Amino acid sequence: MRWIVLIVAAALLPLVAGEYYINLASQIIIFAVFAASINLLLGYGGLPTLGHAAYLGVAAYLSAWLQLKLGWSQWTTAPVALLGTTVMACAFGLIALRATGLGFLMLTLALSQVLWGTAYRWVAVTDGDNGLRGIVRPAPFGLNLNEAMPFYYFILIIGVVAIWMMARFVISPFGATLAGTRDQPRRMSALGYDVWMIRWVTFVYSAFWGAVSGLMFVYYHKYIHPVSLSLANSAEGLLAVIAGGSGTLAGPLVGAAIVLLLKNWASAYIERWNMLLGFVFVFIVVFMPEGVVPGVKRLWRRFAVWLKP
Amino acid sequence: MVEALNVKNLKKSFGGLPAINDVSLTVQAGERRLIIGPNGAGKTTFFNLLTGDLARDAGTIQLFGEEVGRLATYRRVHRGLARTYQIITLFPKDTLEHNVALSLMGLSRMRWNVFGRVPQTFFDEARTVLGRVGLDGAAKRPIAEVAYGEKRRVEIAMALAQRPKVLLLDEPLAGLSREERGQVKALVAGIPRETTVIMIEHDMDTALDLADRITVLHYGRVIVEGTRAEVVADPKTREVYLGH
Repeated sequence: MRWIVLIVAAALLPLVAGEYYINLASQIIIFAVFAASINLLLGYGGLPTLGHAAYLGVAAYLSAWLQLKLGWSQWTTAPVALLGTTVMACAFGLIALRATGLGFLMLTLALSQVLWGTAYRWVAVTDGDNGLRGIVRPAPFGLNLNEAMPFYYFILIIGVVAIWMMARFVISPFGATLAGTRDQPRRMSALGYDVWMIRWVTFVYSAFWGAVSGLMFVYYHKYIHPVSLSLANSAEGLLAVIAGGSGTLAGPLVGAAIVLLLKNWASAYIERWNMLLGFVFVFIVVFMPEGVVPGVKRLWRRFAVWLKP
Repeated sequence: MVEALNVKNLKKSFGGLPAINDVSLTVQAGERRLIIGPNGAGKTTFFNLLTGDLARDAGTIQLFGEEVGRLATYRRVHRGLARTYQIITLFPKDTLEHNVALSLMGLSRMRWNVFGRVPQTFFDEARTVLGRVGLDGAAKRPIAEVAYGEKRRVEIAMALAQRPKVLLLDEPLAGLSREERGQVKALVAGIPRETTVIMIEHDMDTALDLADRITVLHYGRVIVEGTRAEVVADPKTREVYLGH
């Protein structure tokens, strides 16, 4: 019910908000999908990644490159970009999942840094530091998505489908086994589960949704730059999950909103907005170490007990 | 008689220290085998080698005639091997029935279903299994809220839920009160003979009653094997336990 209210509120937003806020809401949805895909690994699989921007960036670059250099249509570039990124994730998973914990974190970081460096240096393909520009947004059923409002609805539909698909995943029997591998991997093996395979499937599924967020990202900006593959981008996604509450469905959405609002809104008023972002994260970690969503729930339960006569 | 487990020349060293040193063992189907030995004898290491939690250095492990020594832990489970842990290893935030349902799902294709829900039948069956260990009334309680003895019984319930051919019980009576020991003993005694039970236990008074045969491990070697009377009468057993 709460989710339906949220979707209805999001659908009504363009009726009351100006173009700036509609665009900001589009960015929040894109970033929320990206954060939610990280949450599959971190929150439900117990696998902290610092390389998820690789999937966002590679999908965006693939789509942009196929469109700009080969002249392919969006109907072809999108599935090819998703497929290509997912296949790459299959291979990356084979490498990264040779470790867990800190080892996994470092392997994901190393793999994404290879791609980031490649995007910078392989100028013939990526245009290096200039990035690829001039990307055209898709026009599903002839709809013009160049205006803020129709594009927002396009992003909202994809965002809702993406979050719903990820929610279905984590509440499924497979999701229950994934949580089991996070909490007691040895016990899960002793119960007949192939822990490595469960993690690999999740890794690939998570990368797929990271790639979807990459397509949304490149459609929004109509431009892609190597910074989209950077450690900073992966870390922002990770911070959004941790701030919102890892292992919860709403956490990454709230975390994404916090990060994007601070970045876009606060930066308009405060010169050193990065400092504010840092203070907010310190505040969250100190007072709600489990994240904003579980933290608020905890405070609400306390408040409800206090209200009782 | 069918051999449930046949271990030959099993070896495992940590660094240069042999933890399991040329152990050979045969357990018949339906048998209750007790493995005893002082601390550090290699009992839990032996279990970890049987399940695949640890890789052997040498030797063979046959489960009902099939060599399983190269198989991953989960593959051995699918061939009928189940275990409990010396240190309780459950999912503390989840309910008792969820823990047992996870155990049931481990052998079902349902575990790969990515878009459905865990079917109610798993929870119904979980409650039935919990009933066998006297915990059906606590099915909805989180593991973190139940007593230590009840957690031990959940461990056994999770293993039994998989209808194992061979069940490895690693000190199932450890840390239990006298009353709880009696309950778990009755539970183990009630396991049907279709399941072969191999048990590590320090509580001799209780465990000896349950065993058909006993194996004594010392410094990773089998030093005595036989019936209760044979093992108790053997001077090597007294030497290991009493030092003379």
